[in-house]
Amino acid sequence: MIELEGLTKRYGTKTAVDHLSFQVRPGMITGFLGPNGAGKSTTMRMMLDLDNPTSGTVRIDGRHYRELDEPLKYIGALLDAKAMHGGRSAYNNLLCLAQSNRIPERRVGEVLDLVGLTAVARKKSKGFSLGMGQRLGIASALLGDPEILMFDEPVNGLDPEGIHWIRNLMKALASEGRTIFVSSHLMSEMALTADHLIVIGQGKLLADTSMADFIRQNSRSFVRLRSPQRERLLDVLHENGFVAVESGNGTLEIDGTTTEALGELAAAHQLVLHELSAQQASLEEAFMQMTAGAVEYHAHGGAGDPGAPPAAPPGPQWGARAGGPTTEEL
Amino acid sequence: MTAPLPPAPTPPPSYGYVSPIPVRRAHLGDALASEWTKIRSVRSTVWTLGTMVVLMLLIGLGVAAIASGQGGNMGEESALPLGFFGMLPASICVITLGVLTISSEYGTGMIRTTLTACPSRSRVLTAKAVVFFLLVFTVTLIVSFAVATAQVAMVEAAEPTAAEWARATVGTALFLAVLGLLSMAIGALVRHSAGAITVMIGLLLLPLVAALFMFAPALKGLQEALFTYSLPSQMIALYSDRPPFTESGPAGWEALFILVGVAVVGVGGAYALLNNRDV
Repeated sequence: MIELEGLTKRYGTKTAVDHLSFQVRPGMITGFLGPNGAGKSTTMRMMLDLDNPTSGTVRIDGRHYRELDEPLKYIGALLDAKAMHGGRSAYNNLLCLAQSNRIPERRVGEVLDLVGLTAVARKKSKGFSLGMGQRLGIASALLGDPEILMFDEPVNGLDPEGIHWIRNLMKALASEGRTIFVSSHLMSEMALTADHLIVIGQGKLLADTSMADFIRQNSRSFVRLRSPQRERLLDVLHENGFVAVESGNGTLEIDGTTTEALGELAAAHQLVLHELSAQQASLEEAFMQMTAGAVEYHAHGGAGDPGAPPAAPPGPQWGARAGGPTTEEL
Repeated sequence: MTAPLPPAPTPPPSYGYVSPIPVRRAHLGDALASEWTKIRSVRSTVWTLGTMVVLMLLIGLGVAAIASGQGGNMGEESALPLGFFGMLPASICVITLGVLTISSEYGTGMIRTTLTACPSRSRVLTAKAVVFFLLVFTVTLIVSFAVATAQVAMVEAAEPTAAEWARATVGTALFLAVLGLLSMAIGALVRHSAGAITVMIGLLLLPLVAALFMFAPALKGLQEALFTYSLPSQMIALYSDRPPFTESGPAGWEALFILVGVAVVGVGGAYALLNNRDV
């Protein structure tokens, strides 16, 4: 269990983290979501007592981080993959950490085996690929077999196989009753792994909710219709009490109904349809709307305003699938 | 919370995960073991100390060979002060290693991992200091003793006293190790390898070089002070019973005590800053 209370960090006049209070509970994966520059990493560094908060406190199982004599047995953290000495072998990088916490040396071999780095244990870590570096960082987090694990953007720069591996590892660790706290700036990634969601923007808490609630509240489902007989279709819909919203390219969107109802309605009036499909607004979109006012670095120009993203961006989206957020994409 | 208590006492609800690895209290000894693993497992340690040993041997023996070839006329002195010429380049190696001991952690990001594993920053710095000091002291003591023995055997000069022997071996080893500690402190304060090494090399050489060019009579006093208290002069003073250049100034062990004083200030500053700074 991690508890944050009024955690604040100011750099000069800039407030990076602004009165954050939340709890990270055991036995589940808590996603820590926010756009780049929202204060996620600063918050995590303060949780580990690397940075001093301007005000507020963090408690790990009721204690301050500095009061933990052998913290690796309580909390393991992956802050950034390359936080190791590149000239030292993977084995020795882990050994010196184990020794400082009185963790038996055999554990080094165990975690290297767990993350699949046994073959390169004696190789210098500076020759490691991004994925191998990430695995080494995770090995160091698991070294003390801790109850709490913190991962800062663990899937950044990983290939699909690596992403898949980390997801399954986090799920397995959470199912053992551990507390998992993982940060990301990708909503779609969180939707696949997290049970609970904490969203921040510009250092402020925007949401502290279960993933299921977040999906229920933020994923709008609607039916998309396209017809060459657009005017007649609009009349029929209006007569039957449906509210159609035009979304460009001659397509119509209708909330709160099913494809079956609309398909039968069209057939009864002998209307030709070129498209009839069930749609779900992506969570990414909901997340972008939630943090729109809190994004620090906006791109200006033709790319569009993040406050009003296109209703249905092209390309594959997990949200548009029938199976919803529980489907594994990879 | 308001439910009635069950009849039999139950253990507290162990929510979450309980590791099978036993929790044993970690202390400074564990931090020492960790720092020893760190310092022995990087190549820069082998390179800097190896270079130091080679330079001390080559220069020490070379100078002794030349002095012996010239008839060994050392004046009233013994052959031991010849060790100085190897000590000067050796000090550059020690400075480099001392700085790297801590600044390489900042350069690689390892410092965050280190402090996450051991949140007591004083313990980390103490362990680093102890391991580094003992390593440098041991290596330089062995080499300086070997060089001194060879020099005394090769050059016909006055027989050194026991006090001279102690200063030329234990004294020089302590001097280099303390200089290394000062470098480590500067490394912790500057947190950047190249920057900290530059500061230390400047501190080692610049006062003496500047003093060499102070021809104006108005600068005479400053020139004397720089000559007397520059680091190379202190190393020479360590070998002699009397102030080597001027009437006053440190001689013998006093040179070491001055350096210890400076190192205490530097290391104290490193403790204070490391404890209060964000990583």
